[in-house]
Amino acid sequence: MLEIRDLHVKFHSRNREAVAGVSLSIREGEIVGLVGESGSGKSVTAMSVAGLLPRKQCAYSGEIFLDGAELLHADRGTLRKIQGRDIGVVFQEPMSALDPLMKIGPQVEEVLRVHTKLGREERRRRAMEAMAAAELPEAETVYEKYPHQLSGGMLQRAMIAAAVIASPKLLLLDEPTTALDVTIQAQIQELLKKLNRESGVSMLFISHDLNVVRKLCGRVAVMQRGLLVEEGEAQEVFRHPRHPYTRRLIAAIPTRERKEAEP
Amino acid sequence: MKYVCRRVLAGLVTMLMVSFLTFSAFSLISGDTATAMLGTTATPERLAALRAELGLDRPLPVRYGEWLRDCLRGDLGVSTSYRQPVQELLAPKIRLTLCLSLMSFLLITAVSIPLGVWSAGLRRLEGARTALNQLGMAVPPFFTGILLSWVFGVGLKWFTPGQFPDAGQDLAGAAAYLLFAAVSLSVPRIAMTVRMLRSTVQEELGKDYVRTAIARGNDRGQVLRRHVLKNALSPVITFLAQTMAELVAGSIVVEQVFVIPGLGRMLVTSISNRDYPVVQAIVVILAFWVVLAGTAADLINQRIDPRLRLGGAA
Amino acid sequence: MKRRNWFLVAGLLLTGLLAALLLLGLFWTPYDPNAMAAGPKFDPPSLSHWMGTDNFGRDIFSRVLKGAGATASIALATLAIGAACGCLTGALTGYFGGPVDELLMRLNDALTAFPSILLALVVISVLEPGKKANVILALGVVFIPSFARVSRTAFASLRDVNYIKSARLMGASGARILGVHMLPNTAPVLLPALTIGFNNAVLAEASMSFLGIGVTPPDASLGYMLSEAQGMLFAAPWYAGGTGLVIVWMVFGVGLIGEGLRRRDKGAL
Repeated sequence: MLEIRDLHVKFHSRNREAVAGVSLSIREGEIVGLVGESGSGKSVTAMSVAGLLPRKQCAYSGEIFLDGAELLHADRGTLRKIQGRDIGVVFQEPMSALDPLMKIGPQVEEVLRVHTKLGREERRRRAMEAMAAAELPEAETVYEKYPHQLSGGMLQRAMIAAAVIASPKLLLLDEPTTALDVTIQAQIQELLKKLNRESGVSMLFISHDLNVVRKLCGRVAVMQRGLLVEEGEAQEVFRHPRHPYTRRLIAAIPTRERKEAEP
Repeated sequence: MKYVCRRVLAGLVTMLMVSFLTFSAFSLISGDTATAMLGTTATPERLAALRAELGLDRPLPVRYGEWLRDCLRGDLGVSTSYRQPVQELLAPKIRLTLCLSLMSFLLITAVSIPLGVWSAGLRRLEGARTALNQLGMAVPPFFTGILLSWVFGVGLKWFTPGQFPDAGQDLAGAAAYLLFAAVSLSVPRIAMTVRMLRSTVQEELGKDYVRTAIARGNDRGQVLRRHVLKNALSPVITFLAQTMAELVAGSIVVEQVFVIPGLGRMLVTSISNRDYPVVQAIVVILAFWVVLAGTAADLINQRIDPRLRLGGAA
Repeated sequence: MKRRNWFLVAGLLLTGLLAALLLLGLFWTPYDPNAMAAGPKFDPPSLSHWMGTDNFGRDIFSRVLKGAGATASIALATLAIGAACGCLTGALTGYFGGPVDELLMRLNDALTAFPSILLALVVISVLEPGKKANVILALGVVFIPSFARVSRTAFASLRDVNYIKSARLMGASGARILGVHMLPNTAPVLLPALTIGFNNAVLAEASMSFLGIGVTPPDASLGYMLSEAQGMLFAAPWYAGGTGLVIVWMVFGVGLIGEGLRRRDKGAL
């Protein structure tokens, strides 16, 4: 469904390529984890898929197909039709990723406002549904709140609701739980699993935390310095890591967890 | 609502402080209004009589209290050089200065807001535009005023420099005349506003919520209209309020250039004449204006930004 | 990616050239600036009189040199008073904080809301208009609050930085910390503020003199000359043109320097 072929991205301000030839595909209904430390190029890969590369500030090559449509070289107009409708994005910091001066409701339904001709009432109804799907309690009240009035966990749920409202094919999750408390992290992961199960949306889950990825994802890709060093079924990668970098990453997981991972 | 009350109260307190400071400063230096009025040759008895009549022999806070009470009643004292109640003297001039300031305020907002937003998204010729901006800020209004009088007054004869048409007889002429003054007053402020707007919008464009908005499929214009402009607005409003205050002060100079009988010219004349009741009244009026603009800006911002509604100002 | 800072270069060139002219003007001018009939009356700009002559046949270029010198020196003196007092207050309150800081900054907020020209007019009318020293004093006092605010922010932001903390732990005195450790690091903020301050001072002085309550002859500055020139706009437009352009030149040049400094520090970050 999503296919990245030999993606290269190099920012003019850096000497090294941020992404140096990555190929990755995601099948329908699949959750793929993209792991690596900061600066490994995992976020840049995701941004390329989402059409958020600052094109004037970098050189890029390769191809990205979403159900046959090429995204990397598509013009803004084509890209715009896909953004939000076919691809939903959830960012790391919900507080800064939401417009501080706009109520939660309008932000959740913004994708509908951009891509559909639905009326105000209909949009509101759909927003309520999406917020319920994202397990936001008291959707009616939350709809009228501003971002600063909600907790980080609530905001991230709102972000997720906004990302799935138009039933996209693909959800890009850029470290969606990193900025949250541990308990909230677990809840959000459960929520993502549920959404995947119920709607069959594919997900690209980016994280530096192998543990999270192992619980959530069917397949894992490991990136280091712009290169994809290992890719495979999650359980397989954890049991028999081939690349030394993956081994080191696994070794860095706290012991009790590692023991579970080892046979 | 609570915030509104607090802000208005704070404004009133500032007003009181400013008026008290002005009052005491002028009481101290005016030395002796009585001597000024009667001349140095007056006999001590006559001076003492006049002082008692003017109430100059009583302590400062008492006199301030009385002055304040009179002010609130609309009595701003008597001009020493015109021997006329100050409020009568100033009323038509306030109107004129207000017209001039409002005119140039409208000009500034109308020109600089589109220009600032437009230039924020532009990369080309950035250096040249910044240089032009610096140049705009470098031209003092009185020089622009002189240039305009020379080109349009002396050269093209569109108006007669130095002869402000009577608004009662020639309203269009008076408005046109004021427009030239407003233009010269506006040039540096337009440059400043564009600059400030440009950097504010650029700063907002770099924020995360803009990325979110793009990821949802908004085009450039929608991102600007729906998200960025609203977020960039509150520093701009604060700045515009400051502009409003600066304009009234700036009109002092421009009124001099164009010989417009407004508040500013009156202030300058009164300073030269050492006509302290008038100076004091004008300063207090201008201060009131400044405080009013600041308070209004804060209240508007509080309407725009819900974050300000919680913890109040602070 | 080292790009030449054209703003800084152009600003320094413009300002340097003007400064050289003004210094020259201190010792030598083509004609005696106050000599009547140095040339014919209302003579347009020519090789012998670069900016023409005025109603008395005085050489305008010579007068402008002197006037610009007066304006620049008043602005510098103003800046010295405003910056020294302002930075000192800002540094002390910003570094030590406390209720005094709180009080002073409240007062400051109230004062900076007021247009500087208005404050200067009030102060000058309290003193006595027309004297050079009073003009400097009035403007200097008026510029204190804005400098205090800028430097307070700069110093307060450095207060809890690690190297300042370690200097304090090593027992450095308050004065040493402020002067040796903090002052150089506030330069990126203070230097552009100085250029803005200088420009504001030039414009404020010119405005006041233009209004006839700044410096008056024989100390004539550019502002006063411009008001004089306005009276002869019909007969000698070059008088106003030359005088005004020198003000623009002065402010523009220093403005470019300020812009250049800001860019340099932004690039360094």
